[in-house]
Amino acid sequence: MTTPDIAIIGVGLHPFGRHGDKSALEMGEDAVIDALDDAGVAWNDVQELWASSMEVKNPEAITGLLGMTGIPARSTFTGCASGATVLAQAANAIRLGKDITVAVGLDKHPRGAFSADPSVSGLPLWYGQAGMFLTTHFFGMKINRYMHDHGITEASLAKVAAKNFRNGSLNDKAWRRTPMSEDDVLASQYLNYPLRQYMYCGPDEGAAAAVLCRADIAHKYTDTPIYLRASQLVSRREGALELMSPALSLDDTASPTIFASRQAYEEAGISPEDVDVIQLQDTDAGSELIHMAENGFCLDGEQEKLLAENATDIGGRLPVNTDGGLMANGEPVGASGLRQVYELANQLRGRCGERQVADARVGYAQLYGMPGTAAVTILST
Amino acid sequence: MTQVPLAEGLFTWPAADPALIAGRASDGSLTFPYRSHRLVGGAREELEKVELPRRGTLWTFTTQLFRPTSPPYAGDDTEETFEGFTVGYVELPGALRVEARLTEPDPAKLRIGQEMELRIVPLGRTKDGDTTMIYAFAPVQEEASP
Repeated sequence: MTTPDIAIIGVGLHPFGRHGDKSALEMGEDAVIDALDDAGVAWNDVQELWASSMEVKNPEAITGLLGMTGIPARSTFTGCASGATVLAQAANAIRLGKDITVAVGLDKHPRGAFSADPSVSGLPLWYGQAGMFLTTHFFGMKINRYMHDHGITEASLAKVAAKNFRNGSLNDKAWRRTPMSEDDVLASQYLNYPLRQYMYCGPDEGAAAAVLCRADIAHKYTDTPIYLRASQLVSRREGALELMSPALSLDDTASPTIFASRQAYEEAGISPEDVDVIQLQDTDAGSELIHMAENGFCLDGEQEKLLAENATDIGGRLPVNTDGGLMANGEPVGASGLRQVYELANQLRGRCGERQVADARVGYAQLYGMPGTAAVTILST
Repeated sequence: MTQVPLAEGLFTWPAADPALIAGRASDGSLTFPYRSHRLVGGAREELEKVELPRRGTLWTFTTQLFRPTSPPYAGDDTEETFEGFTVGYVELPGALRVEARLTEPDPAKLRIGQEMELRIVPLGRTKDGDTTMIYAFAPVQEEASP
Protein backbone atom coordinates (compact mmCIF):
# COMPACT_ATOMS: atom_id res chain seq x y z
CA MET A 1 0.00 0.00 0.00
CA THR A 2 1.15 3.55 -0.75
CA THR A 3 2.10 6.01 2.04
CA PRO A 4 -0.88 8.15 2.99
CA ASP A 5 -0.69 11.93 3.18
CA ILE A 6 -4.20 12.63 4.53
CA ALA A 7 -5.92 11.36 7.69
CA ILE A 8 -9.54 11.45 8.79
CA ILE A 9 -9.48 12.15 12.53
CA GLY A 10 -13.19 12.55 13.20
CA VAL A 11 -16.53 11.62 11.65
CA GLY A 12 -20.01 12.81 12.49
CA LEU A 13 -23.58 12.08 11.50
CA HIS A 14 -27.00 13.59 11.86
CA PRO A 15 -29.14 10.46 11.37
CA PHE A 16 -30.90 10.27 8.00
CA GLY A 17 -34.69 10.19 8.03
CA ARG A 18 -37.50 12.70 8.42
CA HIS A 19 -36.94 15.49 10.95
CA GLY A 20 -39.89 17.84 10.86
CA ASP A 21 -39.00 21.52 10.80
CA LYS A 22 -35.28 21.05 11.43
CA SER A 23 -33.38 22.68 8.58
CA ALA A 24 -30.68 21.02 6.49
CA LEU A 25 -28.12 23.52 7.81
CA GLU A 26 -29.05 22.70 11.42
CA MET A 27 -28.56 19.00 10.66
CA GLY A 28 -25.22 19.85 9.08
CA GLU A 29 -24.28 21.80 12.21
CA ASP A 30 -25.00 18.73 14.38
CA ALA A 31 -22.96 16.48 12.06
CA VAL A 32 -19.94 18.84 12.10
CA ILE A 33 -20.08 19.24 15.90
CA ASP A 34 -20.25 15.42 16.19
CA ALA A 35 -17.19 15.11 13.92
CA LEU A 36 -15.25 17.84 15.75
CA ASP A 37 -15.98 16.16 19.12
CA ASP A 38 -14.82 12.86 17.67
CA ALA A 39 -11.59 14.49 16.48
CA GLY A 40 -11.05 16.53 19.64
CA VAL A 41 -10.73 19.64 17.49
CA ALA A 42 -12.32 23.05 18.11
CA TRP A 43 -14.17 24.75 15.27
CA ASN A 44 -11.78 27.72 15.62
CA ASP A 45 -8.90 25.43 14.59
CA VAL A 46 -10.57 24.46 11.30
CA GLN A 47 -8.87 26.24 8.38
CA GLU A 48 -11.13 25.40 5.45
CA LEU A 49 -14.63 23.99 4.86
CA TRP A 50 -16.19 22.19 1.89
CA ALA A 51 -19.94 21.59 1.84
CA SER A 52 -22.38 19.89 -0.53
CA SER A 53 -26.15 19.93 -0.88
CA MET A 54 -28.74 19.46 -3.59
CA GLU A 55 -31.53 21.45 -1.98
CA VAL A 56 -29.52 24.19 -0.20
CA LYS A 57 -27.99 26.62 -2.65
CA ASN A 58 -25.23 27.81 -0.31
CA PRO A 59 -24.53 25.02 2.19
CA GLU A 60 -21.26 26.76 3.11
CA ALA A 61 -23.55 29.21 4.98
CA ILE A 62 -23.23 26.63 7.76
CA THR A 63 -20.39 28.81 9.11
CA GLY A 64 -23.20 31.10 10.30
CA LEU A 65 -24.14 28.34 12.76
CA LEU A 66 -20.67 26.96 13.53
CA GLY A 67 -18.92 30.32 13.89
CA MET A 68 -18.02 32.94 11.31
CA THR A 69 -14.26 32.67 11.59
CA GLY A 70 -13.50 33.97 8.11
CA ILE A 71 -12.07 30.71 6.74
CA PRO A 72 -12.47 29.78 3.05
CA ALA A 73 -15.86 28.02 2.93
CA ARG A 74 -16.97 26.62 -0.43
CA SER A 75 -19.58 24.28 -1.80
CA THR A 76 -19.58 21.87 -4.70
CA PHE A 77 -22.14 19.41 -6.00
CA THR A 78 -21.66 16.32 -8.18
CA GLY A 79 -25.03 14.61 -7.69
CA CYS A 80 -24.93 11.37 -5.72
CA ALA A 81 -21.11 11.48 -5.87
CA SER A 82 -21.01 14.76 -3.88
CA GLY A 83 -19.88 13.24 -0.57
CA ALA A 84 -16.73 11.87 -2.19
CA THR A 85 -16.12 15.19 -3.91
CA VAL A 86 -16.19 17.34 -0.77
CA LEU A 87 -14.00 14.80 1.00
CA ALA A 88 -11.52 15.01 -1.89
CA GLN A 89 -11.63 18.81 -1.87
CA ALA A 90 -11.06 18.96 1.90
CA ALA A 91 -8.08 16.61 1.35
CA ASN A 92 -6.75 18.75 -1.50
CA ALA A 93 -6.95 21.84 0.74
CA ILE A 94 -4.55 20.08 3.12
CA ARG A 95 -2.23 19.24 0.21
CA LEU A 96 -2.26 22.97 -0.60
CA GLY A 97 -1.10 23.88 2.89
CA LYS A 98 -4.00 23.80 5.39
CA ASP A 99 -3.61 21.75 8.59
CA ILE A 100 -7.22 20.91 9.48
CA THR A 101 -10.25 20.95 7.17
CA VAL A 102 -13.88 19.86 7.33
CA ALA A 103 -16.10 18.23 4.72
CA VAL A 104 -19.86 18.25 5.28
CA GLY A 105 -22.88 17.13 3.27
CA LEU A 106 -26.44 18.10 4.18
CA ASP A 107 -29.83 17.82 2.54
CA LYS A 108 -33.56 17.88 3.11
CA HIS A 109 -35.59 16.61 0.17
CA PRO A 110 -39.33 16.93 -0.31
CA ARG A 111 -41.21 13.62 -0.40
CA GLY A 112 -41.55 11.70 -3.64
CA ALA A 113 -39.43 11.19 -6.74
CA PHE A 114 -37.02 13.91 -7.82
CA SER A 115 -38.31 16.08 -10.63
CA ALA A 116 -36.95 18.96 -12.64
CA ASP A 117 -37.11 20.62 -16.02
CA PRO A 118 -35.30 18.43 -18.61
CA SER A 119 -33.28 21.44 -19.76
CA VAL A 120 -31.23 21.36 -16.54
CA SER A 121 -29.89 18.00 -17.77
CA GLY A 122 -29.29 19.24 -21.29
CA LEU A 123 -32.34 17.39 -22.59
CA PRO A 124 -35.21 18.67 -24.74
CA LEU A 125 -38.59 19.46 -23.18
CA TRP A 126 -40.41 16.77 -25.22
CA TYR A 127 -38.35 14.08 -23.42
CA GLY A 128 -40.02 15.10 -20.17
CA GLN A 129 -43.43 15.65 -21.75
CA ALA A 130 -43.33 12.09 -23.09
CA GLY A 131 -42.78 10.70 -19.57
CA MET A 132 -39.20 9.54 -20.14
CA PHE A 133 -37.36 12.05 -17.89
CA LEU A 134 -37.10 9.71 -14.90
CA THR A 135 -33.90 8.35 -13.36
CA THR A 136 -35.72 5.25 -12.16
CA HIS A 137 -36.21 4.01 -15.75
CA PHE A 138 -32.46 3.69 -16.08
CA PHE A 139 -32.17 1.49 -12.99
CA GLY A 140 -34.96 -0.82 -14.20
CA MET A 141 -33.58 -1.04 -17.73
CA LYS A 142 -29.95 -1.59 -16.69
CA ILE A 143 -30.72 -4.44 -14.27
CA ASN A 144 -33.22 -6.04 -16.67
CA ARG A 145 -30.54 -6.29 -19.38
CA TYR A 146 -27.93 -7.36 -16.81
CA MET A 147 -30.17 -10.18 -15.51
CA HIS A 148 -30.78 -11.32 -19.09
CA ASP A 149 -27.06 -11.31 -19.95
CA HIS A 150 -25.75 -12.83 -16.74
CA GLY A 151 -28.46 -15.16 -15.43
CA ILE A 152 -29.46 -13.19 -12.33
CA THR A 153 -32.83 -13.99 -10.73
CA GLU A 154 -35.38 -11.77 -8.99
CA ALA A 155 -34.71 -13.82 -5.84
CA SER A 156 -31.18 -12.37 -5.79
CA LEU A 157 -32.56 -8.82 -5.98
CA ALA A 158 -34.76 -9.65 -2.98
CA LYS A 159 -31.75 -11.05 -1.08
CA VAL A 160 -29.88 -7.75 -1.55
CA ALA A 161 -32.86 -5.74 -0.26
CA ALA A 162 -33.53 -8.04 2.71
CA LYS A 163 -29.83 -7.93 3.67
CA ASN A 164 -29.78 -4.12 3.67
CA PHE A 165 -32.95 -3.87 5.77
CA ARG A 166 -31.50 -6.50 8.14
CA ASN A 167 -28.30 -4.44 8.49
CA GLY A 168 -30.41 -1.33 9.01
CA SER A 169 -32.21 -3.04 11.89
CA LEU A 170 -28.80 -3.35 13.64
CA ASN A 171 -28.06 0.37 13.15
CA ASP A 172 -29.72 2.67 15.70
CA LYS A 173 -29.10 5.62 13.38
CA ALA A 174 -30.82 4.08 10.33
CA TRP A 175 -34.12 5.38 8.98
CA ARG A 176 -35.63 1.96 8.15
CA ARG A 177 -34.99 -0.35 11.10
CA THR A 178 -37.62 -3.00 10.45
CA PRO A 179 -36.20 -6.18 8.93
CA MET A 180 -38.01 -7.37 5.83
CA SER A 181 -37.98 -10.92 4.52
CA GLU A 182 -37.18 -11.81 0.93
CA ASP A 183 -40.83 -12.87 0.54
CA ASP A 184 -42.01 -9.47 1.79
CA VAL A 185 -39.77 -7.78 -0.75
CA LEU A 186 -41.01 -10.02 -3.58
CA ALA A 187 -44.64 -9.38 -2.55
CA SER A 188 -44.30 -5.61 -3.03
CA GLN A 189 -45.43 -4.11 -6.30
CA TYR A 190 -43.22 -3.43 -9.29
CA LEU A 191 -42.17 0.20 -9.67
CA ASN A 192 -39.80 -0.20 -12.58
CA TYR A 193 -39.83 -3.83 -13.66
CA PRO A 194 -37.98 -5.92 -12.45
CA LEU A 195 -37.47 -3.56 -9.48
CA ARG A 196 -40.13 -3.53 -6.78
CA GLN A 197 -41.14 -0.97 -4.16
CA TYR A 198 -38.95 -2.43 -1.38
CA MET A 199 -35.93 -2.70 -3.67
CA TYR A 200 -35.54 1.11 -3.85
CA CYS A 201 -34.07 3.74 -1.55
CA GLY A 202 -36.03 6.93 -0.95
CA PRO A 203 -34.97 10.56 -0.70
CA ASP A 204 -34.92 11.91 2.88
CA GLU A 205 -33.03 14.29 5.18
CA GLY A 206 -29.77 14.26 7.07
CA ALA A 207 -26.12 15.28 7.24
CA ALA A 208 -22.68 13.76 7.62
CA ALA A 209 -19.23 15.25 8.17
CA ALA A 210 -15.54 14.44 8.45
CA VAL A 211 -12.56 16.26 9.95
CA LEU A 212 -9.28 15.83 8.07
CA CYS A 213 -5.64 16.67 8.78
CA ARG A 214 -2.15 15.95 7.48
CA ALA A 215 -1.33 12.29 8.07
CA ASP A 216 1.91 13.14 9.90
CA ILE A 217 0.11 15.12 12.62
CA ALA A 218 -2.91 12.81 13.01
CA HIS A 219 -1.60 11.14 16.15
CA LYS A 220 -1.76 14.49 17.95
CA TYR A 221 -5.56 14.16 17.79
CA THR A 222 -6.39 10.47 17.83
CA ASP A 223 -4.93 7.02 18.42
CA THR A 224 -7.03 5.69 15.58
CA PRO A 225 -6.60 7.88 12.50
CA ILE A 226 -8.16 6.60 9.29
CA TYR A 227 -6.06 7.21 6.21
CA LEU A 228 -7.40 8.33 2.86
CA ARG A 229 -5.78 5.92 0.40
CA ALA A 230 -7.60 6.80 -2.79
CA SER A 231 -10.22 9.17 -4.10
CA GLN A 232 -11.24 9.01 -7.75
CA LEU A 233 -14.14 10.50 -9.70
CA VAL A 234 -14.95 9.63 -13.31
CA SER A 235 -17.63 11.08 -15.59
CA ARG A 236 -19.50 9.09 -18.26
CA ARG A 237 -17.98 8.16 -21.60
CA GLU A 238 -19.60 8.12 -25.01
CA GLY A 239 -21.56 4.91 -25.53
CA ALA A 240 -22.02 3.95 -21.86
CA LEU A 241 -25.52 3.03 -20.67
CA GLU A 242 -26.27 6.05 -18.49
CA LEU A 243 -29.13 7.85 -16.83
CA MET A 244 -31.38 9.93 -19.11
CA SER A 245 -29.99 8.89 -22.49
CA PRO A 246 -32.47 9.28 -25.39
CA ALA A 247 -30.15 7.15 -27.53
CA LEU A 248 -27.00 5.06 -27.08
CA SER A 249 -24.22 4.09 -29.45
CA LEU A 250 -24.10 0.41 -30.46
CA ASP A 251 -20.46 0.35 -29.30
CA ASP A 252 -20.73 -0.62 -25.64
CA THR A 253 -18.55 1.37 -23.26
CA ALA A 254 -17.94 0.50 -19.62
CA SER A 255 -19.70 2.35 -16.82
CA PRO A 256 -17.72 5.16 -15.11
CA THR A 257 -17.67 3.07 -11.92
CA ILE A 258 -15.37 0.56 -13.62
CA PHE A 259 -12.83 3.27 -14.45
CA ALA A 260 -13.11 4.98 -11.04
CA SER A 261 -12.64 1.63 -9.31
CA ARG A 262 -9.56 0.61 -11.29
CA GLN A 263 -7.97 4.02 -10.77
CA ALA A 264 -8.70 3.90 -7.04
CA TYR A 265 -7.12 0.44 -6.59
CA GLU A 266 -4.08 1.70 -8.47
CA GLU A 267 -3.84 4.87 -6.38
CA ALA A 268 -4.13 2.89 -3.14
CA GLY A 269 -1.80 0.14 -4.34
CA ILE A 270 -4.25 -2.57 -3.32
CA SER A 271 -6.56 -5.08 -5.01
CA PRO A 272 -10.18 -6.04 -4.30
CA GLU A 273 -9.08 -9.01 -2.17
CA ASP A 274 -7.51 -6.56 0.31
CA VAL A 275 -10.86 -4.85 1.07
CA ASP A 276 -12.57 -5.85 4.33
CA VAL A 277 -15.72 -3.72 4.38
CA ILE A 278 -17.60 -2.29 1.40
CA GLN A 279 -20.09 0.51 0.73
CA LEU A 280 -21.81 0.44 -2.68
CA GLN A 281 -24.39 2.84 -4.14
CA ASP A 282 -27.63 0.91 -3.60
CA THR A 283 -30.12 3.33 -5.13
CA ASP A 284 -31.91 0.05 -5.74
CA ALA A 285 -31.12 -3.62 -5.19
CA GLY A 286 -30.10 -4.03 -8.83
CA SER A 287 -27.54 -1.24 -8.58
CA GLU A 288 -25.84 -2.86 -5.60
CA LEU A 289 -25.74 -6.19 -7.39
CA ILE A 290 -24.22 -4.70 -10.57
CA HIS A 291 -21.79 -2.56 -8.55
CA MET A 292 -20.38 -5.70 -6.88
CA ALA A 293 -18.94 -6.63 -10.28
CA GLU A 294 -18.19 -3.11 -11.51
CA ASN A 295 -15.98 -2.58 -8.43
CA GLY A 296 -14.02 -5.79 -8.95
CA PHE A 297 -15.49 -7.84 -6.09
CA CYS A 298 -16.79 -10.56 -8.40
CA LEU A 299 -17.30 -11.44 -12.05
CA ASP A 300 -20.52 -10.55 -13.88
CA GLY A 301 -23.07 -13.22 -12.99
CA GLU A 302 -21.16 -14.52 -9.96
CA GLN A 303 -23.49 -12.50 -7.72
CA GLU A 304 -26.13 -15.23 -8.02
CA LYS A 305 -23.88 -17.71 -6.22
CA LEU A 306 -22.39 -15.17 -3.79
CA LEU A 307 -25.82 -13.98 -2.66
CA ALA A 308 -27.03 -17.57 -2.25
CA GLU A 309 -24.05 -18.05 0.08
CA ASN A 310 -24.82 -14.79 1.96
CA ALA A 311 -21.31 -13.58 1.09
CA THR A 312 -22.32 -9.90 1.32
CA ASP A 313 -23.72 -10.26 4.84
CA ILE A 314 -21.81 -8.77 7.79
CA GLY A 315 -20.33 -12.19 8.58
CA GLY A 316 -19.61 -12.99 4.92
CA ARG A 317 -16.39 -12.54 3.00
CA LEU A 318 -17.64 -9.41 1.14
CA PRO A 319 -19.67 -7.39 3.67
CA VAL A 320 -21.61 -4.74 1.69
CA ASN A 321 -23.52 -1.80 3.17
CA THR A 322 -23.11 -2.85 6.78
CA ASP A 323 -25.17 0.13 8.02
CA GLY A 324 -28.07 -0.72 5.70
CA GLY A 325 -26.84 1.47 2.83
CA LEU A 326 -29.12 3.87 1.01
CA MET A 327 -32.00 1.40 1.23
CA ALA A 328 -32.15 1.56 5.04
CA ASN A 329 -30.86 5.13 5.45
CA GLY A 330 -32.47 6.89 2.50
CA GLU A 331 -30.57 9.36 0.38
CA PRO A 332 -30.06 12.99 1.30
CA VAL A 333 -28.06 13.39 -1.89
CA GLY A 334 -25.46 15.90 -0.68
CA ALA A 335 -24.75 13.88 2.47
CA SER A 336 -24.94 10.28 1.29
CA GLY A 337 -21.28 9.81 0.37
CA LEU A 338 -20.11 11.06 3.76
CA ARG A 339 -22.54 8.66 5.47
CA GLN A 340 -20.53 5.90 3.73
CA VAL A 341 -17.30 7.42 5.10
CA TYR A 342 -18.86 7.65 8.58
CA GLU A 343 -19.73 3.94 8.54
CA LEU A 344 -16.37 2.85 7.11
CA ALA A 345 -14.38 4.95 9.62
CA ASN A 346 -16.40 3.47 12.48
CA GLN A 347 -15.94 -0.05 11.11
CA LEU A 348 -12.18 0.47 10.78
CA ARG A 349 -12.08 1.76 14.36
CA GLY A 350 -14.03 -1.25 15.64
CA ARG A 351 -16.94 0.83 16.94
CA CYS A 352 -19.88 -0.85 15.19
CA GLY A 353 -21.11 -3.20 17.93
CA GLU A 354 -23.53 -5.79 16.61
CA ARG A 355 -22.75 -5.01 13.00
CA GLN A 356 -18.96 -4.87 13.40
CA VAL A 357 -16.92 -6.65 10.71
CA ALA A 358 -14.11 -8.51 12.51
CA ASP A 359 -10.61 -7.06 12.04
CA ALA A 360 -11.65 -4.56 9.35
CA ARG A 361 -8.58 -2.65 8.13
CA VAL A 362 -9.48 -1.51 4.60
CA GLY A 363 -12.78 0.12 3.62
CA TYR A 364 -14.11 0.85 0.13
CA ALA A 365 -16.91 3.25 -0.85
CA GLN A 366 -18.51 3.75 -4.29
CA LEU A 367 -21.05 6.32 -5.44
CA TYR A 368 -22.92 6.61 -8.73
CA GLY A 369 -25.50 9.09 -9.92
CA MET A 370 -26.57 11.86 -12.26
CA PRO A 371 -25.51 12.59 -14.92
CA GLY A 372 -23.39 9.43 -15.06
CA THR A 373 -20.73 10.18 -12.44
CA ALA A 374 -18.96 7.60 -10.31
CA ALA A 375 -16.64 8.12 -7.35
CA VAL A 376 -14.58 5.65 -5.35
CA THR A 377 -12.92 6.32 -1.98
CA ILE A 378 -10.60 3.87 -0.24
CA LEU A 379 -9.80 4.21 3.47
CA SER A 380 -7.57 2.18 5.77
CA THR A 381 -6.33 2.01 9.34
CA MET B 1 -58.98 16.86 -34.57
CA THR B 2 -55.50 17.61 -35.88
CA GLN B 3 -52.51 15.47 -34.99
CA VAL B 4 -49.25 17.36 -34.45
CA PRO B 5 -45.77 16.05 -33.54
CA LEU B 6 -44.83 16.63 -29.87
CA ALA B 7 -41.70 18.38 -31.19
CA GLU B 8 -40.59 19.43 -34.65
CA GLY B 9 -37.84 17.39 -36.26
CA LEU B 10 -38.20 14.25 -34.11
CA PHE B 11 -39.68 12.12 -36.88
CA THR B 12 -40.85 12.57 -40.46
CA TRP B 13 -44.46 13.79 -40.36
CA PRO B 14 -46.84 13.55 -42.01
CA ALA B 15 -45.55 10.46 -43.77
CA ALA B 16 -46.92 7.11 -44.88
CA ASP B 17 -44.03 5.38 -43.11
CA PRO B 18 -42.70 7.83 -40.52
CA ALA B 19 -39.07 7.46 -39.39
CA LEU B 20 -37.01 8.94 -36.56
CA ILE B 21 -34.59 11.68 -37.64
CA ALA B 22 -30.94 11.55 -36.51
CA GLY B 23 -27.82 13.54 -37.28
CA ARG B 24 -24.91 11.82 -39.04
CA ALA B 25 -21.28 12.97 -38.76
CA SER B 26 -18.65 12.37 -41.45
CA ASP B 27 -17.29 9.41 -39.47
CA GLY B 28 -20.74 7.81 -39.69
CA SER B 29 -21.58 8.27 -36.00
CA LEU B 30 -25.21 9.11 -35.28
CA THR B 31 -26.88 11.49 -32.84
CA PHE B 32 -30.52 11.16 -31.78
CA PRO B 33 -32.41 13.39 -31.35
CA TYR B 34 -31.00 15.33 -34.32
CA ARG B 35 -28.73 18.28 -33.54
CA SER B 36 -27.36 20.64 -36.15
CA HIS B 37 -23.76 20.09 -35.08
CA ARG B 38 -21.44 18.29 -32.70
CA LEU B 39 -17.75 18.18 -31.89
CA VAL B 40 -16.00 15.35 -33.72
CA GLY B 41 -12.38 14.91 -32.60
CA GLY B 42 -12.50 18.43 -31.17
CA ALA B 43 -13.67 20.06 -34.40
CA ARG B 44 -17.17 21.42 -34.92
CA GLU B 45 -18.98 19.54 -37.61
CA GLU B 46 -22.41 20.11 -39.14
CA LEU B 47 -24.53 16.96 -39.04
CA GLU B 48 -26.46 15.55 -41.96
CA LYS B 49 -30.13 14.72 -41.37
CA VAL B 50 -30.80 11.00 -41.85
CA GLU B 51 -33.75 8.69 -41.18
CA LEU B 52 -33.22 5.82 -38.73
CA PRO B 53 -34.35 2.24 -39.50
CA ARG B 54 -38.00 1.66 -38.57
CA ARG B 55 -37.45 -1.84 -37.21
CA GLY B 56 -35.15 -3.24 -34.57
CA THR B 57 -34.94 -5.54 -31.56
CA LEU B 58 -35.85 -4.87 -27.93
CA TRP B 59 -32.57 -4.40 -26.03
CA THR B 60 -34.04 -3.83 -22.57
CA PHE B 61 -37.21 -2.44 -20.99
CA THR B 62 -38.89 -1.43 -17.74
CA THR B 63 -42.24 -0.17 -16.48
CA GLN B 64 -43.48 3.25 -15.38
CA LEU B 65 -46.33 2.57 -12.96
CA PHE B 66 -46.92 5.99 -11.40
CA ARG B 67 -47.80 9.18 -13.27
CA PRO B 68 -44.58 11.12 -13.86
CA THR B 69 -44.45 14.57 -12.26
CA SER B 70 -46.36 17.06 -14.38
CA PRO B 71 -44.96 19.31 -15.69
CA PRO B 72 -42.90 18.25 -17.53
CA TYR B 73 -45.08 15.15 -18.17
CA ALA B 74 -47.82 16.10 -20.63
CA GLY B 75 -49.87 12.95 -21.17
CA ASP B 76 -53.61 13.23 -21.77
CA ASP B 77 -54.48 11.69 -18.39
CA THR B 78 -54.87 12.51 -14.69
CA GLU B 79 -53.73 10.86 -11.46
CA GLU B 80 -57.05 8.96 -11.60
CA THR B 81 -56.96 7.90 -15.23
CA PHE B 82 -53.19 7.31 -15.61
CA GLU B 83 -52.32 3.84 -16.87
CA GLY B 84 -48.84 2.42 -16.41
CA PHE B 85 -46.68 2.14 -19.49
CA THR B 86 -43.40 0.58 -20.52
CA VAL B 87 -40.21 2.12 -21.88
CA GLY B 88 -37.19 0.47 -23.39
CA TYR B 89 -34.20 0.71 -25.68
CA VAL B 90 -34.74 -0.63 -29.17
CA GLU B 91 -31.59 -1.56 -31.07
CA LEU B 92 -31.88 -0.29 -34.63
CA PRO B 93 -29.44 -2.35 -36.74
CA GLY B 94 -26.33 -0.47 -37.80
CA ALA B 95 -27.59 2.71 -36.14
CA LEU B 96 -28.37 3.33 -32.46
CA ARG B 97 -30.23 2.02 -29.44
CA VAL B 98 -33.12 4.43 -29.08
CA GLU B 99 -35.05 4.95 -25.85
CA ALA B 100 -38.80 4.99 -26.43
CA ARG B 101 -42.17 4.27 -24.99
CA LEU B 102 -43.45 0.82 -25.94
CA THR B 103 -47.05 0.17 -26.94
CA GLU B 104 -47.31 -3.07 -24.90
CA PRO B 105 -47.92 -2.09 -21.25
CA ASP B 106 -47.54 -5.60 -19.78
CA PRO B 107 -43.87 -6.45 -19.08
CA ALA B 108 -44.77 -10.15 -19.07
CA LYS B 109 -45.58 -9.85 -22.76
CA LEU B 110 -42.21 -8.29 -23.65
CA ARG B 111 -39.01 -10.20 -24.27
CA ILE B 112 -35.46 -8.92 -24.75
CA GLY B 113 -34.47 -9.61 -28.35
CA GLN B 114 -37.96 -9.50 -29.86
CA GLU B 115 -38.68 -7.63 -33.09
CA MET B 116 -40.10 -4.12 -32.68
CA GLU B 117 -41.27 -1.52 -35.13
CA LEU B 118 -41.86 2.23 -35.00
CA ARG B 119 -45.31 3.66 -34.39
CA ILE B 120 -46.44 7.26 -33.98
CA VAL B 121 -48.99 7.37 -31.15
CA PRO B 122 -51.08 10.02 -29.38
CA LEU B 123 -49.74 11.45 -26.12
CA GLY B 124 -51.57 14.62 -25.01
CA ARG B 125 -53.15 17.83 -26.25
CA THR B 126 -51.91 21.26 -27.18
CA LYS B 127 -53.63 24.34 -25.76
CA ASP B 128 -55.45 24.59 -29.10
CA GLY B 129 -56.92 21.12 -28.61
CA ASP B 130 -54.75 19.34 -31.18
CA THR B 131 -53.45 15.87 -30.33
CA THR B 132 -49.70 15.66 -29.74
CA MET B 133 -48.00 12.63 -31.31
CA ILE B 134 -44.92 10.83 -30.00
CA TYR B 135 -42.81 7.96 -31.31
CA ALA B 136 -43.12 4.53 -29.73
CA PHE B 137 -42.19 0.98 -30.62
CA ALA B 138 -44.65 -1.90 -30.96
CA PRO B 139 -43.93 -5.63 -30.91
CA VAL B 140 -44.02 -7.03 -34.45
CA GLN B 141 -46.81 -9.58 -34.57
CA GLU B 142 -45.13 -12.90 -35.22
CA GLU B 143 -46.56 -14.85 -38.15
CA ALA B 144 -48.82 -17.64 -36.98
CA SER B 145 -47.19 -21.03 -37.53
CA PRO B 146 -48.80 -23.00 -40.33
